[in-house]
Amino acid sequence: MTATAEAPAARGSSAATQQQSGSDKKQSASREGWVRRAPLLPALIFAIIVTQVPFLFTLYYSLQSWNLVRPGSRSFVGFDNYIAVFGDRVFREAALNTILITGGCVLISLLIGLGLALLLDRPFPGRGLARTLLITPFLVMPVAGALLWKTTMFDPTFGIVNFVLGPFGGGDIDWLSTYPLAAIIIALVWQWTPFMMLLLLAGLQSQDRSSLEAAAVDGAGPFQMFVSITLPHMRRYIELSVLLGAIYIVNTFDHIYMMTSGGPGTASANLPFYIYQRAFLGFDIGEAAAMGVVVVVGTIIVATFALRVIFKSFTQETS
Amino acid sequence: MSTQTSTPSKETTSDVGAAPKRSRGPTSGTALTVLTWFLALTFFFPIFWMVVTGFKNESDAYTETPKLFFAPTLSQFNNVLDKAAPFAVNSLVATTASTILVVLLAVPAAYALSIRPVKKTQDVLFFFISTKMLPLVAVIVPLYVIIGQIGALDNIWVMIVLYTAMNLPIAVWMMRSFLLEIPGEVLEAAAMDGAGLAKMWRHVMIPMTAPGIAATALICVIFAWNEFFFAVNLTASASSTVPVYLVGFIASQGLYFAQLSAAATLASLPVVIAGWIAQKQLVRGLSMGAIK
Repeated sequence: MTATAEAPAARGSSAATQQQSGSDKKQSASREGWVRRAPLLPALIFAIIVTQVPFLFTLYYSLQSWNLVRPGSRSFVGFDNYIAVFGDRVFREAALNTILITGGCVLISLLIGLGLALLLDRPFPGRGLARTLLITPFLVMPVAGALLWKTTMFDPTFGIVNFVLGPFGGGDIDWLSTYPLAAIIIALVWQWTPFMMLLLLAGLQSQDRSSLEAAAVDGAGPFQMFVSITLPHMRRYIELSVLLGAIYIVNTFDHIYMMTSGGPGTASANLPFYIYQRAFLGFDIGEAAAMGVVVVVGTIIVATFALRVIFKSFTQETS
Repeated sequence: MSTQTSTPSKETTSDVGAAPKRSRGPTSGTALTVLTWFLALTFFFPIFWMVVTGFKNESDAYTETPKLFFAPTLSQFNNVLDKAAPFAVNSLVATTASTILVVLLAVPAAYALSIRPVKKTQDVLFFFISTKMLPLVAVIVPLYVIIGQIGALDNIWVMIVLYTAMNLPIAVWMMRSFLLEIPGEVLEAAAMDGAGLAKMWRHVMIPMTAPGIAATALICVIFAWNEFFFAVNLTASASSTVPVYLVGFIASQGLYFAQLSAAATLASLPVVIAGWIAQKQLVRGLSMGAIK
């Protein structure tokens, strides 16, 4: 069963060609091509229209000076918006915040997730229940999770965090205005650690147990086994967790909107939130579009690298 | 041990094999178990607290020393249910309709990328996943302008179309991985028996991938139900979904902990329960079919 998942296209096509090589050999190749393509086209056309066409408009708008609150102000300005974007200090800060939030959150949740996965990968009383409890933060609606962290957890007077920190002398911190980025990262880590844990646990459980047992018989200690057997096996799963986590977390909007609104000032705005502000609070369509294009170009640069890794891990065999 | 059997998904393989790790004696094992439970309860605590606070009066929710024992009340839940009902209906419509659309589009597409693949299968797969990497902010501006020009702002159909597009790449990838698991011999045998395409679907492919279709639908439901960015920017009142309802609680700085906890609990409940039931499929769905 598992073997069929590997090298799929090649195997599938050869099987299919064999199937019909007898009966309809003379059928023209182009017709055959369209028969194959037909089931794909609705999804493909739908995806192109809904995701690619708007982006072409983004490109077009980005070359215009266009503010919705000044009707009639629309005009072609070439690359002025781009120059403005790169000269915009807040945009650069938002870019830095995006990197900090994404990097910090992916790294911390990966480490905690790996620790939890290792702890769950051994039998103990109530293991199924413990796992169920641990994945629940990921299932909570992100907006609801952010709302909870902002209020019942981080509230300076009535929040649980300061209540717990009280005995240690840290009981009166206004988290959201003093450490807005840290507060957002904590809430995101809480939400995303279960995601990492689940993927990594699946990796641990796919491990070939016999090689671990053999190593144990040979007298390898647990740490030695972890480094020389488990970690190499887990590499693919770790890469996958990092990449998928980064894809989602880089677009973080809900938590910033709910917890800090990018504040204080613009201290905790990331790129999605800042572009939203320019477009929907500043009504600056041209500049928001230009920022969108810059973000896409940045994403493409990172993604071409990332996609290659994903593709490798999707198509390679789990050996 | 009874707790383990009460959980929805079964542990099968791992119990047998973890033997080498147990060989360090009972003390360190107990310590690890205690640590695991401590962490599990810590992670779960904010959710526990959300549910508990939802049953409080506001005066019980605002105490410097958090109260664990109090006279529970259902008034917050009743209150929220009344106000949130129209939002919940919108969420239900957008989630259900988009999920059905996604499955209808993704299953044939996945077929054309797996069992009877088109020539440029790899390119098409690459295209689908790359749309998932396109930051949503890059398309929100023209979407807002275009949708505004055709007078479709605050329209549930727009949400349905956008959620379909949002989940389509994941669904195509997932369904493809499930279709690839059908052994080639089964398909060949069916073809030898003279089964046409329709028969093949009805008797072979759909029955064999039914759990996969369910898992795909589940993932789409989770993402659509929780979606916020499009909903907050493209709806105003008539078609606002549940996450937008929760925004109301950040504007008011008043004493609303109990009520917002009740609202957050109700908003999360459908997906939490679905996720608990389908833990196994969740892993596969989250990895877009890469991990089984």
